[in-house]
Amino acid sequence: MNRTTIVRTLILTVMTALAGASGALAAGGKARELIHEHWHFAGPFGTYDKDALQRGFQVYEAVCANCHGLELVAFRTLGQKGGPFYLDRCPAGVPDNIDCSNPNENPVIKAIAENYKFKVQDGPDDFGDMFERAPIPSDRIPSPFPNEQIARLANNNALPPDLSLITKARHHGTDYLYSLLVGYEEPPATVEIDPGQYYNPYFSGDMSQYLKPEHVDEEGYPREGVEVPLGGVLAMAPPLMDGMIEYADEETPETVEQYAKDVTEFLTWAAEPKMEARKALGVMSLIYLVILAGLVYWSYRKIWSNLKR
Amino acid sequence: MSHQSTYNPGTAIEKWLDKRLPLVRLAHDSFVDFPTPKNLNYWWTFGGILAVCLVIQIITGVILAMHYIPHADMAFNSVEHIMRDVNYGWLMRYMHANGASLFFLATYIHMFRGLYYGSYKEPREVLWILGVIIFVLMIATAFMGYVLPWGQMSFWAAQVITNLFSAIPLVGEDIRIWMVGGFAVDNPTLTRFFSLHYLLPFAIFGVVALHIWALHVPGNNNPTGVEVKDVKKDTIPFHPYYTVKDSFAIVVFLIVLAAFVFFNPNGMGHADNYIPANPLSTPPSIVPEWYFLPFYAILRAITFDIGPISSKLGGVIAMFASIFVLFVLPWLDTSKTRSMRYRPKTRLWFFLFVVACIALGYLGGKPAEGSYVVMSQIATAYYFIFFLVILPLAGIMEKPKTLPSSIAESVLKKGQKAEPSADAEPPPEAKPAPAQ
Repeated sequence: MNRTTIVRTLILTVMTALAGASGALAAGGKARELIHEHWHFAGPFGTYDKDALQRGFQVYEAVCANCHGLELVAFRTLGQKGGPFYLDRCPAGVPDNIDCSNPNENPVIKAIAENYKFKVQDGPDDFGDMFERAPIPSDRIPSPFPNEQIARLANNNALPPDLSLITKARHHGTDYLYSLLVGYEEPPATVEIDPGQYYNPYFSGDMSQYLKPEHVDEEGYPREGVEVPLGGVLAMAPPLMDGMIEYADEETPETVEQYAKDVTEFLTWAAEPKMEARKALGVMSLIYLVILAGLVYWSYRKIWSNLKR
Repeated sequence: MSHQSTYNPGTAIEKWLDKRLPLVRLAHDSFVDFPTPKNLNYWWTFGGILAVCLVIQIITGVILAMHYIPHADMAFNSVEHIMRDVNYGWLMRYMHANGASLFFLATYIHMFRGLYYGSYKEPREVLWILGVIIFVLMIATAFMGYVLPWGQMSFWAAQVITNLFSAIPLVGEDIRIWMVGGFAVDNPTLTRFFSLHYLLPFAIFGVVALHIWALHVPGNNNPTGVEVKDVKKDTIPFHPYYTVKDSFAIVVFLIVLAAFVFFNPNGMGHADNYIPANPLSTPPSIVPEWYFLPFYAILRAITFDIGPISSKLGGVIAMFASIFVLFVLPWLDTSKTRSMRYRPKTRLWFFLFVVACIALGYLGGKPAEGSYVVMSQIATAYYFIFFLVILPLAGIMEKPKTLPSSIAESVLKKGQKAEPSADAEPPPEAKPAPAQ
């Protein structure tokens, strides 16, 4: 590699990292076509699968939360209507004066908050000191890193994006996230990837910069007949492995595909927690408007039929 | 139509008020007994639809402003606070965002209708110009509103658009700094955009009032473009005939709005705007909302310098010219015939103009490279040729078809022959039932 190539590679790497962080789908067509899963929440009547949301939260907490925050979601949100741990009524053994449909009193939410793997910073206390404490339901879910600098330091200078809006902040975000999680594979033989970087055909990027020297010409362009692989390179190692998380439910398979599917459904919920209420109101609104349109149309015909020319 | 007032104050209170401030009389003469041509088709319902749009935007916007925080560090999260924690906040925000999109859709249909039926011609020039002023105000309002969520697209849209002003010779850079409130887009930009985004809709509201006033002096144009000759034969009172017809169109429009708001609320948006603004990371492609794409395409179509004018300045001039040409349209079109129905040649040029506008919209969303640039240039050229060459010449060279002698005659003829409606006109339920 001559110097221009190195400079260009550096610039492209930085740009790819930025594009990855900003998550934009880069100049289309360079990543593999997304896997289209069937989602429980698809369509005008689709709702979230509550069991999947609960498993998805488990996957998030066990795996994703080690690097990625969920800072827009409060623990109480997990217990609101449409959320993974919403309770209609209290389970047996809870005192009568507790209203479990209230997310702040929901015993499951309280337990999740109290036992969460990260603490929240609070204060200052009466002595003027900041202190750490276990979260309560009204707290937002604490992030793994207190600031961007530490996050980059711990992640090979890459910034793990917050996941609160991830499925809305990517083009076809739900399918994209699922494809990315299950899509890791060995890099094609024509490319060479630095240690600490991982190839994923669904990640947007430009693989031409990773082509081995024998496949590029003097100016750094791919040689005739060398195909640039689809996808890109990212700093996130394949996060899921078969059997790494134990589901309470015996029947659900403990596979990468299942984990990916569950956590994707959970993160879709996290990005759009009011979706069920929205669709329900939408159905009622449309029924109302269509009936109203019929009535107004009928009035219109009636009134205009009186018109003598 | 300016007409003799038929308002008859019934009660003592009405009589008392009528002597002091004839407000009820104004409303009665404007929206109840206003004589309206009897042959208006569904394209004429978009005025009412637009009034509803403006009211929806103002109501939802005022509520959103109660919860939104115009600060570079907090704006993005305050929008998410609205989405997650404010009761029905998601509904207000999705109605406001999708409402803006459909507001523009309705505006464009309304404008194309005016173009097709020659509604800008004497004596309605002022009415048309007021409409163009509303359109310019809408563009400014929508652009500043798009910046407020302070996502990636918001930020970079502000960056790109304010940068355009730096193309002005000599003072451009100073103007840009003055507009942005600093050397780069930042908190001062956001706060002033918020202030103006709240102010301008009320300016729009005022100009809309003038627009309606200017409509009620000469009265409605109509699909034949023939002026009302006999109020009794040619017109019907606005209420109940057009209130009910407009209501139907408005409800259908609300169905479309509801379909987007409830079932595809982000369909017209851009995923990148759910990423918080980051001045250090440029999105791979910066594109405006769909309703600005035609103008964006014109801006980018000028890729060459013209003498001392740089390509950047040339693009800015072309983009502004594409809007400002509308102001002088009433004097560019030399034809005495209003409606394109009776202008067989110009009508084809008009349809080609619509195609060019849609093509520009498509091209504005594509990267500015290769054949897209050439196609944008062709469409841009045609856009201006239509206004500056075709319309002035067609009035002189074209021989229009014979006009019906009156609105009443055209309606009768239509009822008898049930002529196939060749032009872009909705199906016959728009017409009154056959004479008994």
